[in-house]
Parts: sequence; C-alpha cells; structure tokens
Amino acid sequence: MFEVIFLQFLNGLDKGAAYALIALGLTLVFGTLGVVNFAHGALFMLGAFCAVTVRMFLTMETVTIDPEKLSPWGAPLEVREPLVQAWLGDFGAVLVNYSVPLSILITIPIMLLVGIGLERGIIKHFYKRSHAEQILVTFGLAIVAQEVIKSVFGPNPIPQPMPTDLRGAADIGAWLGMQANVITYPVWRLIYFIFAGVVIGGVFAFLQFTTFGMVVRAGMADRETVGLLGINIDRRFTIMFGLAAVVAGMAGVMYTPLLPPNYHLGMDFLVLSFVVVVVGGMGSLPGAVAAGFLLGILQSFASMNQVKAIFPGIDQIIIYLVAVIILLVRPRGLMGRRGVMEA
Amino acid sequence: MTTFMSRNDLFLFLGFTVVVLAMPIWLAPFGAGYPDLLQRFMIFGIFAVGFNILFGLTGYLSFGHAAFFGVGSYAAVWSFKLLTLDAIPAMIFAVVISGLFALVIGFLCLRRSGIYFSILTLAFAQMSYNLAYSVLTPITNGETGLQLTLADSRVLDAAMGQTFSGQPVPTLLGQQLGGYAGFYFCAGFLILAFFIAQRIAGSPFGMMLKAIKSNQTRMQFTGFNTRPYALSAFVISGMYAGLAGALLAVTDPLAGAERMQWTASGEVVLMTILGGVGTLVGPVIGAWIIKYFENILSALNDNILARFWSFLPEGAADFMVTITSKFVGDGWHLTLGLAFVIVVIFLPGGIMEGVRRIAAAFRRSGSSSAKPSARTQPAE
Repeated sequence: MFEVIFLQFLNGLDKGAAYALIALGLTLVFGTLGVVNFAHGALFMLGAFCAVTVRMFLTMETVTIDPEKLSPWGAPLEVREPLVQAWLGDFGAVLVNYSVPLSILITIPIMLLVGIGLERGIIKHFYKRSHAEQILVTFGLAIVAQEVIKSVFGPNPIPQPMPTDLRGAADIGAWLGMQANVITYPVWRLIYFIFAGVVIGGVFAFLQFTTFGMVVRAGMADRETVGLLGINIDRRFTIMFGLAAVVAGMAGVMYTPLLPPNYHLGMDFLVLSFVVVVVGGMGSLPGAVAAGFLLGILQSFASMNQVKAIFPGIDQIIIYLVAVIILLVRPRGLMGRRGVMEA
Repeated sequence: MTTFMSRNDLFLFLGFTVVVLAMPIWLAPFGAGYPDLLQRFMIFGIFAVGFNILFGLTGYLSFGHAAFFGVGSYAAVWSFKLLTLDAIPAMIFAVVISGLFALVIGFLCLRRSGIYFSILTLAFAQMSYNLAYSVLTPITNGETGLQLTLADSRVLDAAMGQTFSGQPVPTLLGQQLGGYAGFYFCAGFLILAFFIAQRIAGSPFGMMLKAIKSNQTRMQFTGFNTRPYALSAFVISGMYAGLAGALLAVTDPLAGAERMQWTASGEVVLMTILGGVGTLVGPVIGAWIIKYFENILSALNDNILARFWSFLPEGAADFMVTITSKFVGDGWHLTLGLAFVIVVIFLPGGIMEGVRRIAAAFRRSGSSSAKPSARTQPAE
C-alpha cells in the first residue's frame, strides 16, 4: 500500500510543478503590479510553441528526388537531408535530439520581450481600473494569442519528442533502498520536477538576496513609499512582469514532451492555475508554490481507482472543490496575508 | 399609463419591440434574414439581458453563467422526453430548475465579492461541466449530448392519446416550432425578458442593485443587508440564462455539455461588454453583433476574399487575401478577440457609449454652447 501511495504522490509532482510555476508567475504579477492577468496561461502556451518553432527550424530538411532509385511502391525515391545535420554533422544530430531543453535558451529572451512589451503596451493602462476590467482585457489578449497560434500552427497538438537519453523510467524505489522495479517514474517527469525546483529556488533567491529583489519586495509592501525614495519602481515592476512571463514560458517549454501543445493549452492551464493562486492566497509567493504542488498531488490521489470507487467523478472536480471550500472557509488562502484581498 | 412607465421607457420598449418583430424584414439586406440565425439572435439576446441584470446592475462579474444556460437546456430536453413535446411546460420547468440551481450556487458564491466571486462562479461552472461529461452521463448523455428519441415516455402526451411518427420535434399547442414560428416564439420571450429587465432597472429593487455596484460598504453602513438583493439578482439572472438555454433546446432539441464550458461563459461576458454594460439595449446589441459576425465571418473563405480584393494588382491582392483570411472563417475568433481588447481599452462603456459620444459630439457642434456632462460622480 505504501508503494501505491508513494507512486501517486510522485505522479502528482510533475503536474503540481507546472501549476506551481504558472501560479508563481501569476502571483508575481499580482503582488507587484496588482493586476489580475488572465493572459498568463497564454504565456505558458507561447513558451511551449517557442519549443515547437525551434524544433521546426532544427529539423528543416531538403527534399530531393533520386531518379535512379524507386521506393518500394514504385514512386521516385525522395531523399530527405536534414540541413542541420548536413552542416554540423553529429553535433547537429545532438542539437535536434536536445531541441526541447535547448529551446529554453531562446525562449528566455523572447518571453522577456513579450512580457515587457505586453506590460508597456497594454497592461500599464489598467493599473487604475477595476479588477473586472483587468480580467476582461487580459482575457481578450488570451483569446488573441490563442487564435494567432491556431492560425499559425493549426488546431492539432504537435508532439515534441524528449531527448533519447532521457526517455524511459527511473527506478526511484531502488534508489531509496526499496524493492527494485516497484516504484518507477519517467525520467522526464523527474527532470521537470527538478527543473521547477531550480526555477522556483532561483526566483526566491533573486528576490531575497539581490538588491533588485529587495527593492521589488519593498515595492510590493508599499509601492508609494519606495517611489518617494527616488526609486523608479515602475520600471522594476515591468521587469518583474517580464520575469513572470519567462517563468511561464520556460514551464511551457519543458512541459511539451509531457503534453503535446495545442492552441488551447493556455486556457486549459489558466483556469486551474488561477484556482491554485486563490488557494495559496492572492499575493503570497510561497502559498502559490505550496498550493500548486498540493493540488497536483491531490488531483493525482483523486484519480486512484480506490478513491473513485467511493466518490465517483471526484478526479474531475477535486481542484475546484478544494478551491470552493478554501474560498468559503478561509478567503485569504493557505498562506495569504491578513487583509490582502480579503473580501 | 404615466404612473406605470415613464414616457422614455415606453418609447424605448415600443421601439425595441418594433425593431425585434421587424427583424426578418430589415435584416434581409444584410444576409441575416433567415430564421435559424434570427432565433439565435433572440436566444443570446435573452442570455445577455439576464447576464446584465447581475453584472450591469450589481457589478458582480460571473464567469460561470453558461452553467445555468446548460442546465436550462438539459431541463427542457428532459421535459420533452418525460412529459410532453409542448414547449411551454419545458420552458417553465427549465426556468424553475435553473433558478433553483442559481439559488444554491449564488448563495455560496455571493459570500465573496470581486475576483473571488468570479473564481467561485468559474469553479462551480467547471465542476458542472466536468461532471456533465463524466459522472452525470445518465442525465446528460455525456459527449453524445441529450436528444429526443421516439421511444421516450412523454407521459402527458401519452395520456392525451397523442402519437407521433418520425423524429419528435418540440411543438406549441400542436404547432411545430420550426422556421419563423420558432423565431416569433423566441422573439416574444425576448420582448418579455426585455420588459422585465426594464422594470427591474427602474424599480426600487433596481436602485438597490445599482447602489451595491457603486458602493457596497456604504450600503451596509446605512443598515441594508445587501446579500438578499444581490442573491435575487443572481437568481433572476440565472433564470434568464435557463430560459435562453431552454429556447435553444426548443429550436434545436439537443443539449450538450459544451454549452456549459467556461468559454461559453466568456462569450456572454464579451457580448455584454461589447454592447455596453449596465445599459438595457447594449447587451442585446452586443449579442446580435457577435452572433451576426460569427455567422458572416466564419462563412467567408479564400475564394470570396479573392473576389473582394480583385480590384488590386495581382501580387497585392494575393497578399491581402493571405492576410485577411487569417481573420475570417475559422479565425474569426481572432477578430472577436481583437475587437474585444480594443473595446475594453478605448471604449469601456461598449457600443452604447460610442453611440452616446457620437451623439454628444453632434449636439456640441450643432449648438455652440457646450453643455457640461450631466453625470455626477459620487464623492468618495
């Protein structure tokens, strides 16, 4: 029984990590700029499609027809020559193999630009307006992003293979001194979890140990006073928006091998991650991370057959149910500060 | 009559009635004068009017209204299946059921306000949607959708000794509700719905709701308990949504869970915002515009575009066709999203505010003395 529970716990980690990363970005934006960003799921999706684009470029190939040979069904044989391999040889093959992790390098600057552009271009005008209007404009932006992706990449999911070395399963049970081959876990999910841990740790370290982070934290506590001290807090908050976009984008890139991205990926994750933010407590960064993992793991447990036998359909609604209960019983969420958005 | 309705209200109501009833005539030149589309105009008009009673008057932004719409549809189809094919019992049944559903959900959701309220309604709607697809399949028939079959029991019809052959369709007093009959049936309900909304907006109850929107805290300090008022608005608005859902089931007796998805809730929000939040006719106009363009733009294809741009030189025409084809057909949601973003940024009051601004500009240029704005802001 312990093995089963431990396995479900592990299964919840990768989804929980994705929720935590998206919720972290949402909370950064809400905590700094006070904006409820319904377009954050779209940023996650844009990141995923950065990976798709990178792979498309890396796997570009020339197609020539070899007139001397025929394919088994008698048509002229097409010779496909991958360009990257032709130019770079074995190194090119490695590049293609590792296209997903490599895309992160390209995703970071792109998402930073997208985030800063979004904030300067549109969201900046909505600080003084109501939360309802912020929801509406970002919801509109999310629709636009989703439709642009749909018209460029088509409506079908585009599978992204993971690097060949990282396929297969890790025998975690054996590592922990248990019986071999009882608890196995796909390597890529493990990597996703570690990656999420590194990113989350990085964001917290950035906020905690750098002067920039200190100023941002001060601004989150009291924006006006920090502004009066002669610090250009608006610019730092803009950069934080860019950082949130980068976190969402990287989360999207690394998630592509687990779930082939399609155009409504963002919307699918958006609703859930909003629920995560609310459960964790609006504006609380540790709360967002904790709630992300908590809900991911709860969802994993709810989809066990034993649980479903007692509460049919619980796996479909568990996250919403938790959110409703938390909101009704403890509106500031698990770790929300007293008085912040308590209404 | 003067005590019953002010003259302006009466004119607005009569004008609205005439416009709605004459729709098959005046929409014909725009390529929208056919019953199928007109029925949807009416149905989503009702949905948007109802949504506006909650969002426009009280300021509570619900992101889960499609749940009531879907419940209304399911209730109506069940009435067709179990009781009778007549539309009236189905409508009553659907409105009652969705009203009860709204009462339960509203009672819980209205404990919070602002974004928390939005998330709560969203969570309930998503729960309904997910359950309709999974556990509640005996009631909802899952992905296939609930539909009428010849083998349904239809207790009342059987008691009346009516028998059917062929595919059962909803009727009204024995008359089939297809085509223009269906349109006028829906139009009657839209006019009724508009009338009730107008009466609510002008009543002391409506004033309470507007007061909740402008400053709920002050209301509470004055000694009012605001929650019963907000809950009444929520239930009324849920009943409107149920009515609209039932009408959709009358015109097309097939209820599916996708009507409850949160994107469907988003659509009614778009309609209301696009038309003008808090105005009476705005949401209806928003619903009509969205449904009209959904119909027109999604029907366009590259051939039609090529004909449209054919006056340009060869290369430029091809280029324009490639560009514009992204915005029509399957991509019309892109146009909708862009239009929506632009409206929220530049015209938060929607189309009605645009009309008002243009009218004001004309008035100003007509009479040289500029009149100061009559609207006063409450002192904070």
